[in-house]
Amino acid sequence: MSSIGTGYDLSASQFSPDGRVFQVEYAVKAVENSGTVIALRGKDGVVFAVEKLVTSKLYEPGANRRIFTIDQHVGMGVCGLIADARQIVDIARREAANYKSQFGVKIPIKFLNDRVSMYMHAYTLYSAVRPYGCSVVLGSYDPEDGSSLYMIDPSGVSYGYYGCAIGKAKQSAKTEIEKLKLTNMNTKELVKEAARIIYLVHDELKDKNFELELSWVSKDTNGLHERVPEHVFLEAEKSAKQAMEADSDSDTEDM
Amino acid sequence: MFSNNIVENSYDPFQMYKKKPETASPFNFVERSKAPVTTGTSVVAVCFKNGVIIAGDTLGSYGSLARFRNCPRIIKVNDNIILGAGGDYGDFQYVKDLIEQKVIDEQCLDDGFSLKPKSLYCWLTRIMYNRRSKFDPFWNNFVVGGLQDGVPFLGTVDKLGTAYCDKIVCTGYGAYIAIPLLRDAFEKNPNPTEQEARDLVVKCMEVLFYRDARSFPKFQLAVITKEGVSIEGPLDIKQNWEVAYVTQN
Amino acid sequence: MTAEVNSYYPDYATETPKQFQFSPYADNGGSVVAIAGDDFVIIGADSRLSTGFAIYTRDQNKLFSLSKSTVLGCSGCWCDALTLTRILSARMQMYEQEHNKVMATPAVAQMLSTMLYYKRFFPYYVSNILAGLDTDGKGCVYSYDPIGHCEKATYKAGGSAGALLQPLLDNQIGLKNMQNVTPAPLTLEKALALLKDVFISAAERDIYTGDKVNINIITKDGIKEDTFELRKD
Repeated sequence: MSSIGTGYDLSASQFSPDGRVFQVEYAVKAVENSGTVIALRGKDGVVFAVEKLVTSKLYEPGANRRIFTIDQHVGMGVCGLIADARQIVDIARREAANYKSQFGVKIPIKFLNDRVSMYMHAYTLYSAVRPYGCSVVLGSYDPEDGSSLYMIDPSGVSYGYYGCAIGKAKQSAKTEIEKLKLTNMNTKELVKEAARIIYLVHDELKDKNFELELSWVSKDTNGLHERVPEHVFLEAEKSAKQAMEADSDSDTEDM
Repeated sequence: MFSNNIVENSYDPFQMYKKKPETASPFNFVERSKAPVTTGTSVVAVCFKNGVIIAGDTLGSYGSLARFRNCPRIIKVNDNIILGAGGDYGDFQYVKDLIEQKVIDEQCLDDGFSLKPKSLYCWLTRIMYNRRSKFDPFWNNFVVGGLQDGVPFLGTVDKLGTAYCDKIVCTGYGAYIAIPLLRDAFEKNPNPTEQEARDLVVKCMEVLFYRDARSFPKFQLAVITKEGVSIEGPLDIKQNWEVAYVTQN
Repeated sequence: MTAEVNSYYPDYATETPKQFQFSPYADNGGSVVAIAGDDFVIIGADSRLSTGFAIYTRDQNKLFSLSKSTVLGCSGCWCDALTLTRILSARMQMYEQEHNKVMATPAVAQMLSTMLYYKRFFPYYVSNILAGLDTDGKGCVYSYDPIGHCEKATYKAGGSAGALLQPLLDNQIGLKNMQNVTPAPLTLEKALALLKDVFISAAERDIYTGDKVNINIITKDGIKEDTFELRKD
């Protein structure tokens, strides 16, 4: 970052001489400060898991959720500035509703991804606006097309993924995800893995408290995006905690 | 907000949020107060001890022509609301889309609450009244049935926004033919069981089929109880025209 | 004009295209009667909601309690009545939040008049009778026409049997056209008996009035509700 402070970082409408748009990069930084969000795409569905950092004990549990339902068949996990993200959620919902009112069928997630990412990209083009300080993951399951998963970052770039991670611990989360045979796994297994990864990558020294959020959209939920049922959630959380303990036990043995 | 027409014909992400320019032209008049086109006839509905039944046939009439024979017009809105509609079928489908989007919006809030029948009923009175006030009414009669916190609810709204609740609600010819039968039955037995109520409604559909020239011998019957919603159909109306031979000269 | 030409020149009479005109109004009938005394006011409305020869429901309350001391009775175009009362109660809530006190009956009376006149050129087709206690605790009745003309009275009949009942009330309460009578203050018992009597009479003659009367008795202690059965044919 040799060009920091050379005047090219004040506007999203200007490149720096070495071809970068600093405002966008700063927005990416905002995302990297946020709690980790992962999404796993298995053979019959997508699972979202969020490490929602709780910065005060005074907050109500369950407040400021980071997983949203966009349409019955689409879920969205968000990472970064929550207020920015909520606006993206709202836009996505409007696009989904608009598509349905025009074509009478639910929006294919490919098109939803296109529309939302174009919307986010538009905010990287003008001097009067700042880019969105958030990344979002979109996932859905369709009986014909199977499961699909997209991630959009503040620049408006989006890719399809088998598994993706954003936020604080995205690197270690990605490493963990890469160990999984995602295409062979069903959502029941994915939920456990997702919970385990969130617990694993959580940094207890820097962030004390967090709330785990889990949701899925799969064949088993009839293609509807839902929070995972309580018993599944508790089971996944329990096995995640056990895995952590087993992990720390083996660590001490090594020493 | 922003113009994004650098690339012609590209999808404009802001398009949806822009105000459409007013088009002024001599032909810019609004067509109002049109008559209904494809119509559904009566809706019959009753409350029983622990639920509500709504029934309506599946005919879409084009004036006196029996045009469409499979027009379902009883729908499940969510786990505690059912809705029946008579009148213009296109208007019904439009309102149905609005309601379905409303239910999705409600689900998106993800707060564990869902739309209740009284709320939908009240909302319908407002959209119907607002449209009649623009002289462009939705040409429908809606019948909302459901469980409001476990208690059976039955209400109706017409194209003006006239609304009322009762244990018995019938629209169209049902108001003249089915209501007297039902009122009589309810006077004798004010709290029928589900089976009794269902028999009553089926009987009314039968009488309506004999007397209402815009009716059809296939109908849907929706029942809502705390066990959930079931929409049956198309069911057949049993018919007997033996009497035709008797009257033969 | 066209009709005249056609009747004078039958040769030129042709089937003209008829346009179906949508009417935004309906007459849903119903009668309201209110009688005020020195420290009370009673208001009654029948519970029949009808259109033409059909009865929508036999159990529709047409009395809207707006506060602990004000009740509005509405009859006429029911969709307008529903809308009007809903906006009215919203306006009263706004008043309460702004001024930290409940709107007094005379204030409601004035506001209702303004709200009706606001729709002067697309009126609420409703016959309104407002009953309540004023700030001194005295009973008062206000009656309106659909476009906001407001008149204060001590007794009033309105709605489909309004014209039928008003002269009866004039005679029995106003003691009009009577000789050798000494006016005495009206008691609650007398008022209630009279209210029931006039509704029985109305139900005999007016097909849009019947089934049941809902009565609200407003005193300083609040609103007491009562019902009274009418003929149902």
